[in-house]
Amino acid sequence: MKVIFNIGRYFIMLKYVFSRPEKFRIYKNRIFDEIEIIGINSIPIVALLSVFMGAVITLQTAANMDSPLLPVETVGYITRQSTILEFSPTIISLILAGKIGSNIASEVGTMRVTEQIDALEIMGVNSLGYLVLPKVVAGLITFPVIVILSMVLSILGGLLAAVQSGLCSQNDYIKGLRYYFYESDVTYGLIKPFFFAFIITTVASFYGYYTKGGALDVGRSSTQAVVYSSITILLTNYFLTQLILL
Amino acid sequence: MIEVKGVNKSFGDLDVLKGINAVFEPGRVNLIIGQSGSGKSVLAKCIVGLHEVNTGEILYDGRNFTRMNRNERKEVRKEIGMLFQGSALFDSLTVEENVMFPLSMFTKMSKEEMRERANFCLDRVNLTNRNHLLPAECSGGMQKRIGIARAIAMNPKYLFCDEPNSGLDPRTSIVIDNLIKEITYEYNMTTIVITHDMNSVIEIGDHILFIYDGEKWWEGSKEEILKTDNPEINDFVYAAEFMKQLKGKLGS
Repeated sequence: MKVIFNIGRYFIMLKYVFSRPEKFRIYKNRIFDEIEIIGINSIPIVALLSVFMGAVITLQTAANMDSPLLPVETVGYITRQSTILEFSPTIISLILAGKIGSNIASEVGTMRVTEQIDALEIMGVNSLGYLVLPKVVAGLITFPVIVILSMVLSILGGLLAAVQSGLCSQNDYIKGLRYYFYESDVTYGLIKPFFFAFIITTVASFYGYYTKGGALDVGRSSTQAVVYSSITILLTNYFLTQLILL
Repeated sequence: MIEVKGVNKSFGDLDVLKGINAVFEPGRVNLIIGQSGSGKSVLAKCIVGLHEVNTGEILYDGRNFTRMNRNERKEVRKEIGMLFQGSALFDSLTVEENVMFPLSMFTKMSKEEMRERANFCLDRVNLTNRNHLLPAECSGGMQKRIGIARAIAMNPKYLFCDEPNSGLDPRTSIVIDNLIKEITYEYNMTTIVITHDMNSVIEIGDHILFIYDGEKWWEGSKEEILKTDNPEINDFVYAAEFMKQLKGKLGS
């Protein structure tokens, strides 16, 4: 019953999030602030993870290719496909669900328990619109950019690992990157972050906004935000894959 | 003027407010007092619309707040200023930005005009040269004063203060109480203060509403509350030894 109640409440929340803002100028400034928090501040961790993720995919692929019938360029091909189709859009989003999701839930949750949200409501401000909409817009703007960055860095990380380990030459790796390249794969990889950005920002805001109690409950909301946004991302990923690729 | 007519509020099976009737007039400090858990904060939250009432009506100068839709309520809320128990200042904004916040949301003032108004309000609560501090860098008393400055920034007709003295030393409490009283008289506001602090009752209580177990138990002035024979009120008012001694002196 509680699940149904929460789903209903989530959609009612979305209705207020997307109602007309009081003042566009204020919202515009808030969006820029959120772009910094959600997007720019996530770049270091995404860059680090992507480079090592690409490197490990390359090493694993090269180390497990026993058949002499498989050309060595396959390493570059598999690294590209894995990165573009799944690792960069999905794994990076799951990691950002932890980083950004907990941040949003604890920020909004703290505002709830310290009555800052009540203060907004008393002033006549649509608190959901004011707090959540800029996060959603900032997420939709920054996630695809972060995913593109991750794709590039992951492939470069793979190249570095291939050359450094001597398992594959630079030319072979680049040749593999060009094998059966379809633009639609990139399109598919870039559709997903829009959905995941929406899920992370709204689910985390939902758990933060409806926090009741004190500091312990803020922590609990933060955990719930990460768990449920991760589960929702995985389910959405499955359905999107089926919908777009098959 | 704010009128509360037959307000009932329950959470699940628990009846928190039971048929409360009250009239809060402008130009005087109206206190809602009562023990912890008596329902005074719930009553205040019902009046400002943070809780929906089960039955009953709340009227702001004749306008039925309980029957209004979300947008109509927003218009009324622009006339309300509220000081929260924990001040509820926005952590990420400076003192000045906190006071300017409602102005930036709802007026067409230029930044300079907003700054001027914010400085005026901060001066009014005796806070100068603190504009660029963050709330975390301010003391509890300063935070309350910033909260009052923010509450009066839009020239509200109605001022709500939820336990304005909680966590403050007696001297600062008196400063905050006097500030609330002065502002109420100066701007002829309808002020409602929720408190269980007897010092506040004696200091600023023009009109007092005593809530007991979710019911309006008693209503009167600060002079009357000290003389009443009602046992529940006496338990509350004369709980402290100092107040018992005061009662003895009043009696003699």
